Amino acid sequence: MASSIRLKTKTNNGVTTVRAIIRHPMETGFRIDNETSELVPTHYIKEVIVKHNDKVVMSCDWSRAVSKNPYLSFMFKGASTGDKLELSWRDNKNNADSIETRIE
Amino acid sequence: MLRRDTFKYLASGSMVLISSLLKPITAFAKWNEVAFSAVDLDKAIAAYFPDQEIKESGEIAIGVHSVVENGAVVPVKIKTDLPKIESITIFVDKNPNPLIANFDLSPDCVGFISTRIKIQESSNIIVTVKSDGAIFSARTFIEVHEGGCG
Repeated sequence: MASSIRLKTKTNNGVTTVRAIIRHPMETGFRIDNETSELVPTHYIKEVIVKHNDKVVMSCDWSRAVSKNPYLSFMFKGASTGDKLELSWRDNKNNADSIETRIE
Repeated sequence: MLRRDTFKYLASGSMVLISSLLKPITAFAKWNEVAFSAVDLDKAIAAYFPDQEIKESGEIAIGVHSVVENGAVVPVKIKTDLPKIESITIFVDKNPNPLIANFDLSPDCVGFISTRIKIQESSNIIVTVKSDGAIFSARTFIEVHEGGCG
């Protein structure tokens, strides 16, 4: 199966911009399923961790109010082209995924 | 013999106790259950930053559209030039749970975060920034035509 994560980087003048999109329903628990007319159970990402060469550079704690298919972007200094960047997430059902890329 | 067994029993028992205590802590290291489940803005902020004074700051820019049609996907960009930023946190006062998201930034990070959030109704977005150990905040009002929590 294709990864749930798309992770891209771009470095300009020593500052690396990281952009990620995670495929995830981010269900609040308030939505009613049109077919069953029942509430869809809460299902959302709680934790995201981004590591640069195995060192945490940014981490997130999220509620269910982050939009469906979450988008995240941040910037950091000190990375070189070819360095390792890893993003991982874990949701309230303990599902998890991660992806590794090289800094561009 | 009996004494040795007793020690063994005690040792294994305490190991089980210690591991069961550690388990939930390691699973979600810092996810603050009390703050995330608070239904009131002041309580969410107090639970997230216990006993901390929060000062308003003009050095936090919250980039949002002032009017949005669809509250399910509201882009939010935060920029700040405050020094030594440790974290950026987003709250929405009228959402069922006002604490939306926290971002812990390492010293290598620039004071910038961009994401998309859900807003149920017209609300204030409150952003706090932890800078050099102190908490600063800024807010902006956003008009929402169709709520995004359903």
